[in-house]
Amino acid sequence: MAEILHGKAGNDDLVVRSARVIDPAQGIDELLDVRVDRGVITDIGLNVSPNGHRVVEGRGLVLAPAFVDPHVHLRTPGREDEETIASGTAAAAAGGFCAILAMPNTEPVVDSAAVLGSLIETAREEAEVPVGFLAAITKGQRGEQLSEMAELADAGAAGFSDDGMPVVAPGLMRRALQYHAITGRRVAVHCEEPTLSRSGQMHEGPVSAELGLAGYPSVAESVMVGRDLALAAHEGQAIHLLHLSARESVDELRRAQAAGVRATGEATPHHLVLTDDAVRSLDPNLKMNPPLRGDDDRSALVAGVRDGTISVIATDHAPHAAHEKDVPFEEAPFGVTGLETAFAALNTHLVGPGLLTLPTLLERMSAGPARAYGLEPPRIEKGAPANLVLLDPDAAWRVGEGGFRSRSRNSWLLGETLRGKVRLTVAAGRIAYAA
Amino acid sequence: MTVQLVRDDLLPPSDPPPRRHLISIGDLTCEDVTRLLATAGSFERSLEREMKKLPTLRGRTVVNLFFESSTRTSSSFELAAKRLSADVMSVKSSGSSVDKGESLKDTALTLAAYDPDVIVIRHPQIGAPTLVSRVTGAHVVNAGDGKHQHPTQALLDLYTIGQNVGPVEGLHVAIVGDVLHSRVARSNIQALTLMGARVTLVGPPALIPRGIEAMGCEVSTDIAAIGSADVVYVLRMQRERMEAGENYVPSLREYTARWGVTPARLRPGQKVMHPGPMNRGVEIDPAVADSVDALIETQVRAGLVVRMAVLYDLLTHGPVEIKAEATEEVA
Repeated sequence: MAEILHGKAGNDDLVVRSARVIDPAQGIDELLDVRVDRGVITDIGLNVSPNGHRVVEGRGLVLAPAFVDPHVHLRTPGREDEETIASGTAAAAAGGFCAILAMPNTEPVVDSAAVLGSLIETAREEAEVPVGFLAAITKGQRGEQLSEMAELADAGAAGFSDDGMPVVAPGLMRRALQYHAITGRRVAVHCEEPTLSRSGQMHEGPVSAELGLAGYPSVAESVMVGRDLALAAHEGQAIHLLHLSARESVDELRRAQAAGVRATGEATPHHLVLTDDAVRSLDPNLKMNPPLRGDDDRSALVAGVRDGTISVIATDHAPHAAHEKDVPFEEAPFGVTGLETAFAALNTHLVGPGLLTLPTLLERMSAGPARAYGLEPPRIEKGAPANLVLLDPDAAWRVGEGGFRSRSRNSWLLGETLRGKVRLTVAAGRIAYAA
Repeated sequence: MTVQLVRDDLLPPSDPPPRRHLISIGDLTCEDVTRLLATAGSFERSLEREMKKLPTLRGRTVVNLFFESSTRTSSSFELAAKRLSADVMSVKSSGSSVDKGESLKDTALTLAAYDPDVIVIRHPQIGAPTLVSRVTGAHVVNAGDGKHQHPTQALLDLYTIGQNVGPVEGLHVAIVGDVLHSRVARSNIQALTLMGARVTLVGPPALIPRGIEAMGCEVSTDIAAIGSADVVYVLRMQRERMEAGENYVPSLREYTARWGVTPARLRPGQKVMHPGPMNRGVEIDPAVADSVDALIETQVRAGLVVRMAVLYDLLTHGPVEIKAEATEEVA
């Protein structure tokens, strides 16, 4: 974990008293105290001695392994007006994340050791929570030539992705799967068949038919999911499928996993909560790629998260400048922010109505994503580095009321009242956020 | 008209003031449509007089903001506002700050500084009127946004049908052609089904959007399906959509052969409508366009009184009383 995650180091002391401690990976769910000494968990139990540390009252709150978001756009380098490493990781800390992975579709693209090296250097200085940087699969994400994966991995790349773009040519995708294996890092794919998605603005279905917005059909995703799973099976390599949106994609993934393919899949909070029906408002903050789909798609994603087919919840945090989103829907760029609202959105819309248990949600936001990228999962265990989040699952708040730590405010939840607040985030032994 | 609620991009104000817009036919109830068409009828009678100008909207300001070329719609909105004595300002995208790269939001805010009562907007992008309604305090009338909606076209079509065919309820209307790219079709499907007509869409498979049956219409790829219709509504075949490589249809020639509306495919007495501009010889045979059963020019005339009714309704919130107005005018 240490060599691919970079951020401010910490060795804080802390005791959290009488919280409901939930660590699904270890089967813990009980009222306990937890002590952290110099950034390391040293005691878990009842009536743990405070040792002179700052004591945080945890009664009525949940203490869990902090979250890991493997899909964040930090917009750096190139669009520091939209997000920086400092602002994006501060947003992550406020959202309860102890680690994030940043996508390489920046300007310039992260496809060389030089660009990667400067990001890592900045992250060591500025990052409020440790951040890893994915490098591009292909040079410039142009889908023509493989990036120098071995050198990039040596320079600290956390994995490889052309996110935002598919690797269109099947032969090239096969080469990527073959070659990346020497690095031991994961390859993560954005599944979109461009001649089927075309200039699609939203999910193709009754709502796009009525609104007149160009349709981006489910099959544009699921045929690529099928292709990439077939290639991964053929090469015997692991693969991670980014931001799945369609029922058919979940079905493909489930079949492949049953057949032994080492494939993981992720879903975003907005795809788990909303459907294309929301696009009727023509609010550009509901425009994203892949698009919000139908209710059966949403149900299939939730079922996939529940049964573990989808082991990763990722925000696909995609900040955009206000003036770029304040345009007609058709002109607006794809993408919404999500770091600061992910837990609350899913706690409100999935745990609240009983669609998902709290422990399952916590697992899919922490150990699940860590494992998908071969990272050490955060855990509540003596001797483990402190990566903790203290949550108030019942606290209500209005999205945007206190501003955002992100430099952008293109949230799909603006003005909505959610339940679930992050009270404290400890990332790599350092108190990164406290409210 | 119901209030169009749009999620604000800033933190929502405690209680946004109710504003009335006409952005989509979906904003209207059956009663709204009936009232608007009755108002249009009153205006039509008033226009038979020698003095055609009514003082109704004296002192009001209407801005026409057109980002797409238009003859019928822009001229009829302009004349409608003038006939109601409103001050009219028409802004076209060419020759304006838009040419200099100004965003729609900034253009709208600039015009809003004059405090217009109504902004009529046509724009190539879906969602443009919604944006303008969010950033200005004016009533917004959508004069066509991309492939989304063209509500005043649908209202004038309902008016035309009511005047020339009979009550819309129970009629069968076939809409023929490129439904996928047609805002006119979308507004008309909503308007016709709202008022109780049966609607059948007819066209090539790739030009009938998947899932559109959910709007309450039927779908056929067979031109023979127009046979039982009381009204055949022909859509413009947009040549720019048929560029090589698009493959919505193999060729315009094949489209015309298969789906062109020709005298042979019509029964006598079936009424034919078209929103214009027509591609004679493509989607519509010239003999059909010029036949006694074509209502195409009638539609254009209806555009004026229907747009007068829309402006009037937005600004006065009530049924028109021409008699009282006329008295005032004489006085």
